[in-house]
Amino acid sequence: MIVAAMLTLAVGTYLIRLAGPLLRTRITFPPGAERLLDVSAVVLLTALVAVTALTEGGGPADAARPAGVLVAGVLAWRKAPFMAIVLAAAATTALLRLL
Amino acid sequence: MLVCLAVGATAVSYGAISVASGLPFWFPVVMGTLVLAGSSEFLFVGIVGAGGSPVAAVLAGLLVNSRHLPYGLALPDVLGGGWRRWLGVHIMNDESVVFALTRKDPARSYWECGIGVLLCWPLGALLGAALGSAVSDPNDFGLDAMFPAVILALILPQLRDAKARRPALLGAVIALVCVPLLPVGLPLLASLGALAVVPFLDRTTVEQGQA
Repeated sequence: MIVAAMLTLAVGTYLIRLAGPLLRTRITFPPGAERLLDVSAVVLLTALVAVTALTEGGGPADAARPAGVLVAGVLAWRKAPFMAIVLAAAATTALLRLL
Repeated sequence: MLVCLAVGATAVSYGAISVASGLPFWFPVVMGTLVLAGSSEFLFVGIVGAGGSPVAAVLAGLLVNSRHLPYGLALPDVLGGGWRRWLGVHIMNDESVVFALTRKDPARSYWECGIGVLLCWPLGALLGAALGSAVSDPNDFGLDAMFPAVILALILPQLRDAKARRPALLGAVIALVCVPLLPVGLPLLASLGALAVVPFLDRTTVEQGQA
């Protein structure tokens, strides 16, 4: 039963992934819509950052995680190396949880 | 590649959590390969582990993965043709989409990142499943901050452009407001409501340009 559920999720997810490229090749979008589609990925990803950084299971996350992500944001804005950004986020969050 | 290391580290905690919720060690590895969408797998394992119904776990997973539909629409032409296209669709994820949107060589970046995640995610899950309870609480190491940090670092160059930043920030606010109100996954789709302001922003920019 669990395996069937997992396979259903796998097939369903593949179909969701497939739908976008299929639609894009079949339909010609007007230039305005093309621009909307380009911005939509940035909007989604930014919302994903906000939701995963700030919330946990429908409520607010503990303060340590947003603090870590904030440090990452500041470092990224100042064009720090990628490795430093990601490690600083994890280290900040881990240290705050230790306190 | 560094993104893959971060993904692998998250996968270790995913594998450990799966085994801790009573699933066999191969389960997170197989699911990691076939579904290849981390947040939906965490949710699936969480629901099943808490004794929830597999049907509910599938529906919640599909809802979380619904963001891949607009991803696919926004994705530049990076998939190629023939059999590559079918694999290319499978490796569409948060990280590979950001790479395709932000790097100079979209197709190469998309494929490198996508294949890297396809390898690191299941391998990390296998390691986590093997370590099992030895990894007591992955959040002690701040691993939960790594995923948003990775995406933020990758998407930030796009956000320097005000025309993308304004709808993106508005979308983030909409999603956050919706989190307590809607099931997981839907707040992300709701963020797309921010696209309604894009035509107005573009118009203002044009007028300013003419003035």
